[in-house]
Amino acid sequence: MTVDWIWSNLPRITELTLNHIGLTVIPTILGLIVALPLGWWAHRSRRSYPAIVGAASLLYTVPSLALFVILPQILGTRILDPINVVVALTVYTISLLVRVVADGLNSVPHETVQAADAMGYRAWQRLVLVELPNAIPVIAAGLRIAVVSNVSILTMAALLGIPQLGTLFTQGFQLRLYVPLVTGILLCVALAIAFDSLIVWLGRLLTPWRQKTVTA
Amino acid sequence: MSLLEWFLDPAHWSGADGIPMQIGVHLFYSAVALALSLLFAVPLGIYIGFTGKGEGIVAGIANALRALPTLGLLVLLFLLLSPVVPGQLVYGIPTVIVLVLLAVPPILTGTYAGIQAADTEAVNAARGMGYSQVQILWFVQLPCALPLLLSGVRSSTLQIVSTATVAAYLGLQGLGRFILDGRAQGDFSQMAAGAILLAALALILELAFIAVGRLIVSPGLQRTTRAPRKIVPTTATAAIRLTAS
Amino acid sequence: MKKLIAISALAAASLLALSGCSGGDPLASAGAGTGSSGDQVIIGSADFTESQLIASIYSEALQAAGVDVKEQFNIGSREVYMEALQDGSIDLIPEYSGALLKYLDTSSTASTTDDVLAELATQLPTGTSLLDHSLAEDKDVLAVTSDTAAKYDLEKISDLAPVAAELSLGGPPEWKTRVNGVIGLVDVYGINFREFVSLDAGGPLTMTALTSGQIQVGDIFSTDPGVTDNDLVVLEDDKSLFAAENVVPVITTAKLDSTIAETLNAVSAQLTTKDLIRMNSEASSGTNLAEIAIAWLTDADLI
Repeated sequence: MTVDWIWSNLPRITELTLNHIGLTVIPTILGLIVALPLGWWAHRSRRSYPAIVGAASLLYTVPSLALFVILPQILGTRILDPINVVVALTVYTISLLVRVVADGLNSVPHETVQAADAMGYRAWQRLVLVELPNAIPVIAAGLRIAVVSNVSILTMAALLGIPQLGTLFTQGFQLRLYVPLVTGILLCVALAIAFDSLIVWLGRLLTPWRQKTVTA
Repeated sequence: MSLLEWFLDPAHWSGADGIPMQIGVHLFYSAVALALSLLFAVPLGIYIGFTGKGEGIVAGIANALRALPTLGLLVLLFLLLSPVVPGQLVYGIPTVIVLVLLAVPPILTGTYAGIQAADTEAVNAARGMGYSQVQILWFVQLPCALPLLLSGVRSSTLQIVSTATVAAYLGLQGLGRFILDGRAQGDFSQMAAGAILLAALALILELAFIAVGRLIVSPGLQRTTRAPRKIVPTTATAAIRLTAS
Repeated sequence: MKKLIAISALAAASLLALSGCSGGDPLASAGAGTGSSGDQVIIGSADFTESQLIASIYSEALQAAGVDVKEQFNIGSREVYMEALQDGSIDLIPEYSGALLKYLDTSSTASTTDDVLAELATQLPTGTSLLDHSLAEDKDVLAVTSDTAAKYDLEKISDLAPVAAELSLGGPPEWKTRVNGVIGLVDVYGINFREFVSLDAGGPLTMTALTSGQIQVGDIFSTDPGVTDNDLVVLEDDKSLFAAENVVPVITTAKLDSTIAETLNAVSAQLTTKDLIRMNSEASSGTNLAEIAIAWLTDADLI
């Protein structure tokens, strides 16, 4: 019965999983892209730090279901458009990452920044070549939380009929079937672990100088 | 009906499904879930922080818990419990369990990280003064852990309050009712009102936490935790000076 | 990327400003949508199994007829998917004639199959069309457990009037504001329940609440195999609040062509209430909806 259900629904499960991957990855990347300048701004201007970081974290308190349904009004999109979900998850990602980026940049040792200045780096060179690479461990840690949360929050979109792994929950519920429910939960956890490991791996790849100190 | 009219309609402010009642119910579920999480996570966090045992396992489990999809877990628990749990509890128990699972990781991590981060010099000083292990834990490490522990409780509370909306999916009351009913009834104002009430509630709680933190964290610690921030103005001033030149 | 920042800033600002302004209403159709691209037909369904099942039958039949389809099932209540139909998010959805009519015209009193369909044809939103209806019917019914029925001596809905003040009614959230729901029960029958509990559309919540005693009266579907499984008593609708509910496809007129019309009309011609009950029971035993749909179509010699 268990295997039967999975086997007979395999194409559907695959499709839902692929949708889930797309709807998780795109907002996470978009969110990072937006959070970088905002976080940098909060890092640069100490006066605006509380305002930017505070406003960003406030966005996280808007419940996902509400955001999914309010966004069409703001964006002028159609109510079943996956864009609404993409924007909602992007907002959550920004909300999490702005503080992380700002704190990551703040965590770069003062001496390192001064050394860069002494070497004649321009402000943007120092940012791209010194500060950002040094902030990668902190940003990667935040990104891990963001992507794992996104995998889970996305399932709420099933209540709106946007197909992804959460669809298995609502269907399993309506039919009182455990197999789709458990399959959906396990796939979500597996996706989360996969994304999490991917970011850890990318983080290591991008900070080769840390490798030695970490293993030592 | 516009959003403003919805809020001004006195009918929405009274009765079993009025705003005050729904906020009350929402806070009730949240409080139950938070209390259970504290009961479980704080002692465990103290044990881990104190002994250093099981930290790796717990960190791994905490991360895995975050990946568990709330909605899936909620309906799974409901289906599992519905044949065995009688009456109203069959809706309440899955909701509270799901919320507790969300809330435990931040509190747990905050507690043991806080204890481990306690200033070793302070701990050594206490030891030198003849404090026993338990006294060190109680009088030095725990107060030192308070800021991190509080920040764990804060993020748990916000998660609980914002996730407690899913209770409505199982037919329970709470602010999620406005959102789900508004959607099902095609009543946008009701739904947006629910979202705004929820965000406002979260904001008030956030401010309350800041106030509580000021009140109960030792002033000495507040000064030291603020000190590293001093780096920021120097970098910022340096940066401003650089761009100006 | 500037656009993205603008969008997110706008989103943030709008969310915060929402309390101040009334704004438009996204659930009321924007009307800007021009439908899906090209010839693709997007099939929607409501958020309960039977609707998805009938939508699956439409989908498989149309695919067999060579139509390019996309499935967007499990959208929600009528209040939501009718907006989706009008804004072009979906093009085709299986509907129930009486409930759709009450949604479009809350004052309608039509109750027979023919009256309902005749009125429905005049009330449909512009740009949408009805195809042939099927004889298959699935009504909202009020059900009670056999114990409750015996205790209060209940056979028909009007029997509830004297005792309703002691009883809780459960149904989907949209029932609270629907004419063929709580409003109609008050207006037509004069029944005021002690409370209304928002649950789901004839799903596991309502069934569990009914059998566990959290509610005494539940709105469920007449084709629900759980009625016999749980020994429920369906109360007779003696004042015809719930009109005829024939299954009928509603489609965006712009997407309608002779292949689609012939295919769906052939489905409607053969679908019966008994089929619905049988297929619902198959679905609840875990069979894949598409498989059930294909099996039915094969039996009916439609594919």
